[in-house]
Amino acid sequence: MLRLDINSKIHEVDVEEDTPLLWVLRDTVGLKGTKFGCGIAACGACTVHVDGEAVRSCSYPVSDAVGTKVTTIEGIGGENLNPVQQAWILEQVPQCGYCQSGMIMAVSALLAENPDPSDEDIADSITNICRCGTYPRIKRAIKRAAALQEGN
Amino acid sequence: MGKFSLSRRKFLVAGALVGGGIAVGYGFLRKGEPDNGALTATTEEGEVALNAYVKVNKDGLITVAVPRSEMGQGVYTALAMLVAEEMDADFNDVIVEQAPVADIYANVTALQDALPFSDKHHEGEDTVGAWGMAKLAGFLGVQVTGGSTSVRDAWIPMRQAGAMAKAMLVHAAARTWDVSPEEITVNNGVITHAGSGQSGGFGDFVELAASEAVTLDPVLKNSRDFSLIGTAQPRLDIPSKVDGTAVFGVDVELEGMVHAAVKLSPVIGGTLTSHEAAAVKDMPGVLKVVPFESGVAVIADSFWRAKTAVEALPAVFEPGPAQEYSSGGIMTLLEDNLESDDARIYAEDGDAFGAIRKSQAPVKAIYKAPFLAHACMEPMNCTAKVTETGVEIWMPNQAPTLIKWFAEKIADVPAENVKVHTTLLGGGFGRRADIDLVVMAVTIAKEMKNRPVKLLWTRENDIQHDMYRPAAVSQFEAALGPDGKISGWANRIVSQSVSGSFTARLLPWATMDSPDNTTSEGAADIPYEFTSRLVDHVPVKLPIEVGFWRSVGHSYNGFFTESFMDEMAHTAKADPVEFRLAHLANHPDFANVLKQLAKVSNWTVPLGAGRARGVALHESFSSIVGQVVEITVTNDKEITVDRVYCLIDCGAVVNPDTVKAQMESGIIFGLTAALYGEIEIEDGAVINSNFPDYEMVRLANCPQIEVHLAPSGRMLGGVGEPGTPPIAPALTNAIFAATGERIRELPITKSGFIG
Repeated sequence: MLRLDINSKIHEVDVEEDTPLLWVLRDTVGLKGTKFGCGIAACGACTVHVDGEAVRSCSYPVSDAVGTKVTTIEGIGGENLNPVQQAWILEQVPQCGYCQSGMIMAVSALLAENPDPSDEDIADSITNICRCGTYPRIKRAIKRAAALQEGN
Repeated sequence: MGKFSLSRRKFLVAGALVGGGIAVGYGFLRKGEPDNGALTATTEEGEVALNAYVKVNKDGLITVAVPRSEMGQGVYTALAMLVAEEMDADFNDVIVEQAPVADIYANVTALQDALPFSDKHHEGEDTVGAWGMAKLAGFLGVQVTGGSTSVRDAWIPMRQAGAMAKAMLVHAAARTWDVSPEEITVNNGVITHAGSGQSGGFGDFVELAASEAVTLDPVLKNSRDFSLIGTAQPRLDIPSKVDGTAVFGVDVELEGMVHAAVKLSPVIGGTLTSHEAAAVKDMPGVLKVVPFESGVAVIADSFWRAKTAVEALPAVFEPGPAQEYSSGGIMTLLEDNLESDDARIYAEDGDAFGAIRKSQAPVKAIYKAPFLAHACMEPMNCTAKVTETGVEIWMPNQAPTLIKWFAEKIADVPAENVKVHTTLLGGGFGRRADIDLVVMAVTIAKEMKNRPVKLLWTRENDIQHDMYRPAAVSQFEAALGPDGKISGWANRIVSQSVSGSFTARLLPWATMDSPDNTTSEGAADIPYEFTSRLVDHVPVKLPIEVGFWRSVGHSYNGFFTESFMDEMAHTAKADPVEFRLAHLANHPDFANVLKQLAKVSNWTVPLGAGRARGVALHESFSSIVGQVVEITVTNDKEITVDRVYCLIDCGAVVNPDTVKAQMESGIIFGLTAALYGEIEIEDGAVINSNFPDYEMVRLANCPQIEVHLAPSGRMLGGVGEPGTPPIAPALTNAIFAATGERIRELPITKSGFIG
């Protein structure tokens, strides 16, 4: 049994220690918002926060998450949406939407660390793939989220 | 006869009690029998299905049933807007649900567009071919999302559904108030009789609206009276896509569900000859090993355990005929077929070769495009539950009718016991119109009866077992006349037939060897006024599965034709925009797009050193799109795509922000292909495996994109695909302008350029 703190709730899971965190979140804990895209940390669809840092959960063994605080897309908003989620709606970012949980998690980790990122900072740190091509709107939404966050 | 498409429309409305709620359905009157609405089965307590598209509850909440798949193109919102416009509803009171599979939702436009020949239907005429396809669509009842058809196909029936619903509510209010329906007005969801000062909401009258049968033939609004269509509306599906609650196929969760992962023949079309189930049966969570024709599945209690086990499972495959083919050899084969005497002519006007022979300086060029994968972000999946008597499917798919047919066939159960649930799609791009996943999932689930089995492919399964965009080769020969305009244009394309490959998967016993309009679309139907032309296509058969990839034949023909037009412009020492305009004298709609594009992109204003522009103009799916690309090139052939200007005339615009989003999307999809896209085949096996070796444009190298909408009122066009074809030629034309190097093969890495 592994003891995990996910979105501030404790879960005891009975899985192999090398199981990627992604599959524990999705199939064991039932949090389906985190997506499977490539399985090799190349696309970022599975991005979650471990102690506030963005990690690609498809390639992150669940045993490494023991003793940390894991946050998923279901856990960042609470009652009200997080500024990144709000900006995503205001800029009408998602198309198919499949990559957007990972995008939002990657961006919220960036803004926590760097509240006013430059275009270069954004390009360097947001390397997730969106096959629908929502990047122009993502760029705008990141700036808007930074402004919303500043306002808060 | 199409249910709504032709003039003899008649709707029958009949009340019925369904599951405690009140349901009213209408349908086309066929053989004197009422075809009650497909929605009655999903009606809840206190909710009334006014017709096959609209349900209203007593609180006035309007649910629009959308019979097309939401794969990011905004169809839920656009089609709901069509209904709400004619209802004069408050769009804030509108929600959507996925419509069930039913004949009434057949996509007539998709079949009309699939005509195997270029008839005048594509120019908006009411032709015999189009009528025949409408008849066939009505007969087959095929529900499909593709070919950029959703709004075009729904434009009349879903507005009629809204007008019908409004008329029913108005009549109910008139009866209640004992006034004439003609004196009643509806505005933003409020029904008012000014004379008596009475008013109410839709919910107040919905029960009465359902209480008796009426026959109606709704009159639709004139487009100048639209108040919702043409305004930017927030997409209805976006809130669920930012908080993780959106349910895609991979997210389906069912009682007792188990998971399947597969190992497939590395060689395309290969078959499983042996496997050692015993090697994995004691691994954690493993429930069953299921061999099938093209591979072997492990069913386990979680996907990770199923995947771990199937990767450890020894399996031997018989490669089959594809083993004889590699990318290089396939390209050579396609090029050799340029000399074939078995071409099909798709456009012929005058004596093109005569004009070319007369020329002192004819121009000849050969262009090439590779196989491409779709790489939808949501890996392929299908969940199937097979019982002794039926089968139920949960699947992100573009063709629920086909999914239903094949689930029935493989499960071998009566048609009435087959149910298909279409989830949200994490990308489609044509890939999810195919049937391979449902066939595989039902085959596997038959071995685990009464439990839902979720089959999920890995990214490697997806990249290596796609239904690929076919590789294609195109040869041009052309000549300029004394007026500097093209006197003869001869274009031969060689490729596999997508329709042929797709049909062979649907009907393996049939041999489809008929003309395929998709092979030459975007080449045979270009608008330029040449004195003479000949466009033909040589179909080549290969044991490589090919399928519908965003914009299909346009995806390569757009690159070929617009690059060669650019070559001819430079041969004529003419400006590429002016040269095109000189060939569009009788095509003012195309000329207008190009002129407006030149203006917004500052076409005539020179850029600095190392920078250049390229232009392309292309019509597909009845929309005209022009694009200008601005690039910067270094001496090391490193390219930065700085900016893309895009202008579209899609006739009329439903949701402007969605049209812009689809242009951005199509551009980035096409740019990815132009910069990096190539599926490489070696001895019949695809050697790409995942994103590192099937690279994508990412945020860091995504250009600024400026989209301009220029709806002219011409026939309605699609928006999901038309943004894709012009981007590759606009890019390579810019590279030529900057470097003098003409790129005739994609991706541009083939010519040493780095994107």
